[in-house]
Amino acid sequence: MRTLDQLLPDNTGTITALHVGQELQRRMAGLGLKPGTHVRVMRRSPMHGPLQVRAGHTDIILRRSDAARIEVCLAP
Amino acid sequence: MKRIALLGMPNTGKSTFFNRLTGAGARVGNWPGITVELLSAKVLLAGSMVEIVDLPGIYSLHGFSEDELVVRRFLESQPVNGLAVILNATQLDRQLAIALQLKTLGLPMVFLLNMADEARKIGIRIDTGRLETLLGGTVRLVSAKFGQGFKEAKVALEQLVQAHPKLHQASAEALMQDVQIEDALQHAFSQAVDTPVLLPARLTDRIDNVMLHPWLGLPLFLLAMYLLFEVVYGLGTPLQDGLEWLLSAAKDHWLTPLVGGLPAPAQSFITDGLFDGIGTVLTFLPIIAIFFLAMAAVEDSGYLARAAFLMDAFMSRLGLDGRSFVMQMMGLGCNVPALMGTRIMRSPGLRLLTMLVIPFSLCSARLQVFLFIVTAVFAAHTAPLVLLVLYVSSFLAAILTALIWRGRFSSHESLLLELPPYRLPTLKFLGFESLRATRHFLKTATGFIVLGVVLIWFLTHYPFHAAPASADTLAGKLAAGLAPVFSPLGIDQLLSIALLFGFVAKEIVIGALAVIYGAGGDQLSTLLGHRLDGVQAMSFLLFTLIYTPCLSTIAVIKQESKSWRFTLLSVAWPLLTAWVVSFLFYQGARALGF
Repeated sequence: MRTLDQLLPDNTGTITALHVGQELQRRMAGLGLKPGTHVRVMRRSPMHGPLQVRAGHTDIILRRSDAARIEVCLAP
Repeated sequence: MKRIALLGMPNTGKSTFFNRLTGAGARVGNWPGITVELLSAKVLLAGSMVEIVDLPGIYSLHGFSEDELVVRRFLESQPVNGLAVILNATQLDRQLAIALQLKTLGLPMVFLLNMADEARKIGIRIDTGRLETLLGGTVRLVSAKFGQGFKEAKVALEQLVQAHPKLHQASAEALMQDVQIEDALQHAFSQAVDTPVLLPARLTDRIDNVMLHPWLGLPLFLLAMYLLFEVVYGLGTPLQDGLEWLLSAAKDHWLTPLVGGLPAPAQSFITDGLFDGIGTVLTFLPIIAIFFLAMAAVEDSGYLARAAFLMDAFMSRLGLDGRSFVMQMMGLGCNVPALMGTRIMRSPGLRLLTMLVIPFSLCSARLQVFLFIVTAVFAAHTAPLVLLVLYVSSFLAAILTALIWRGRFSSHESLLLELPPYRLPTLKFLGFESLRATRHFLKTATGFIVLGVVLIWFLTHYPFHAAPASADTLAGKLAAGLAPVFSPLGIDQLLSIALLFGFVAKEIVIGALAVIYGAGGDQLSTLLGHRLDGVQAMSFLLFTLIYTPCLSTIAVIKQESKSWRFTLLSVAWPLLTAWVVSFLFYQGARALGF
């Protein structure tokens, strides 16, 4: 089990849990980030900047601190 | 009056559809009980006037963001004939969620699957018949941008109004309950949408490999900013100058002879007070119009979210985000449109903090003052260095302000942004946006600016027998009273009157100095060179840089924040900072023996 911020570019995985609080969880679900979603990390901004993640047909940017609260199961 | 509300997630092309449906007649209006202004327009549908309301884009009906509260409050309080729900056809995997949530409200609905052309291109096939059964409403495929399917969509809306001629109220319980729609979403999606397993590598991905490159991305971003800046001010400044010339010609050849018969104070009030005041507002118009054209293009192209991605690492440490940086850069031209540009930020804390920081951007009007004084006082080889110091100080003041106030205006918001594919905006859409912003500025800022100009005119002209801005006028007395405040900064009484003028607009500071010293052009330059030493001049420049840029800025801050308290803060804080910085500089330099 890992968190989303640990994934490297082009790594894919499936979201297993989000520990982000109800409000953020809703917003993330609205953008397609919810348990069971298949995600791919597209790129990571340098200097500890945000991640670009693809979930389904949507690309999302989120900060690493938020990504650290999303558990993923790494695809083989 | 019949009413249809337009609803959908952000980035679905909802506004594009709204513009296409309503034409240029849309207006921004206040709604009872709703804090945000909403766009609405009246359209003739099936023989009756229907009011179309553009609600903010939301990701969920049940969240607690400002936009979501606005939408819920609207649906609670305003009855409608039906809803038009715009969905992005390429993202139905998640967008059907909002359609299913809205279904529980029990309102008549039409679903418009926008960007159908894009969806077809990447191989997504949609079974609209099955979707209609699952969602319980008419489903139409459209491309709001290019107009395909638009006629059919309009017909669907007409049928909606005809079938439901009475206003309906949304079911109140449904708004309260957070329904679990996960299974229904999966079901609807798999039943009605056929999507290729692997999406084809998009053009967007290839562009992003360059634009978001780990070390190429930032320089390219700065280059893009620079080009945008050049376009906006390269086109806007000549227009502004032209308009200024036109206005001053009108004043000399038309207005002055016209009021010639009136008593002197009335003459001066009309020409120097009212006319100049309204003129100042007017000269901002070309830049605002072009700026908004450019901003709409950047926003619509999808690059703004990329800017946030690139600058976020740095800006997040200041409590801001990448979009704040874009506005900060735009402020280097003119603060007014940059402040209006903060509308793209939905989080109030983030937006206010950005608005507090923008006025420190060294705008072109201040640059004009600096160039004049720097050339007058400093030697040719130190002048560029002085200007550089001023630019650096402007950024330092902004960073310092953000660091001090970020606790007060924390946004508590995680950066969570959709990165839409790159799209070419249409000229028609850009024109709409630009026109709307310009009209809004005219409507709200004019009164405020005219009032300010009249006040300053009165201060510098009363009593009327005294020479304008001389020691006998109210302004002169005010300057004398303020001497204890300004003399520790090395700024004498005559210069502090010029600072008072600077409140209206920095453009008139040099003109004011000419009036005050009774000398213009080269003469004034020589005079300033004799009267001011380097330390005094620098102190004056630092103060001019940091304190309130102009009345238009204050007017826009008031207009955008809708808060007198915040407006007061955004005047008081820079004043305080300006004083402290000038004081430390002047006294420090003198103590060191300069």
